[in-house]
Amino acid sequence: MADHVAEAPVPTIESFTVTLIIRRFDPEVDEEPRWVDYDVEMYATDRILDALHKIKWEVDGSLTFRRSCAHGICGSDAMRINGRNRLACKTLIKDLDISQPIYVEAIKGLPLEKDLVVDMEPFFESYRQIQPFLQASSKPEKERIQSVAERERFDDTTKCILCAACTSSCPVFWTDGQYFGPAAIVNAHRFIFDSRDEAANVRLDILNDKEGVWRCRTTFNCTEACPRGIQVTQAIAEVKQAMIRGKV
Amino acid sequence: MSSTIESPRAAAPRRKGANWEKWGWIYMRVSGVLLVVLIFGHLFTNLMVGDGISAIDFGFVGGKLSQPFWQWWDVAMLWLALIHGANGMRTLVNDYVRSETARKVLNGALFAVAAVLIILGTLVVFTFDPCPAGASADLLPSFCGAA
Repeated sequence: MADHVAEAPVPTIESFTVTLIIRRFDPEVDEEPRWVDYDVEMYATDRILDALHKIKWEVDGSLTFRRSCAHGICGSDAMRINGRNRLACKTLIKDLDISQPIYVEAIKGLPLEKDLVVDMEPFFESYRQIQPFLQASSKPEKERIQSVAERERFDDTTKCILCAACTSSCPVFWTDGQYFGPAAIVNAHRFIFDSRDEAANVRLDILNDKEGVWRCRTTFNCTEACPRGIQVTQAIAEVKQAMIRGKV
Repeated sequence: MSSTIESPRAAAPRRKGANWEKWGWIYMRVSGVLLVVLIFGHLFTNLMVGDGISAIDFGFVGGKLSQPFWQWWDVAMLWLALIHGANGMRTLVNDYVRSETARKVLNGALFAVAAVLIILGTLVVFTFDPCPAGASADLLPSFCGAA
């Protein structure tokens, strides 16, 4: 019996040749971005990020992209994969149709700096404008008490990792970049509906701006793009409701 | 020596003046619901009731426009739909037109067109003469002969 086990063939894990077509842009050389294709050997359990690593480490070291934790929580590697905004570190090869090439490009609507890297400053600028920090006048002895139900109201929007997948999938944000964008509204929602915070009306006032929540066209692109599964469009609708009612 | 940390957010310059975006948004929702009722009511009475579409002629329209109920129905439809449509077009202009001058011109044109159509349409509905002199009686609404 023991012999039989020893003789069993070691199962080889099947690998695939996957073609990635990446939109490259080197500002020092290129006038316009160009599509470049790469063939990489991948396993079904690999992620797009692994493919990018393989290209950068073994094929072309000049390929530029952001990534930090590589486990879907730092929000660095949002990119457009087959036309949808995804985190490269959470997109598995097995979930893509690898009989076709996989198109990878930088997120849209933000200034392209190099390859898959965009200038995130306009995104963070509108994030800062909604005052994403707790504002409370009292100083509690120990902690600020909150009931489970009170916490539940904004639980979904605490999950944001600021990857910009939602904002850069929003067609209204693409048009002129003046719109606050879904991510800023999600993070405003997180404080507006927080019972410990006292500046809800300030934030509602900020988002009542010409470029605020009313520009949202409820296309649901943001909800579809969010790698954290936040119901972004619903959060925006709740902010609109709070504005119409005049209370949180 | 104590130090204070600067406020993390310097007040961003906000545009002054009234902001009607909220009311624009509410108007689109309310008028949308009303228009569904008004338009389908209009289609139903014109196309389904009685002889249906074959009944529509000058007499039918003239008859309808001489009743206050249908006058107000049509005027409500006219105002709500034109403002709804013009406001929707304004949103598109604000989205896609980047030049401030072109934006003002296009939005001005939209406002002018909507205003002219609303005024003309309202005038027509309330001043419409269902019994023009000299027309043959079989084309006119039935009540014209009595006058």
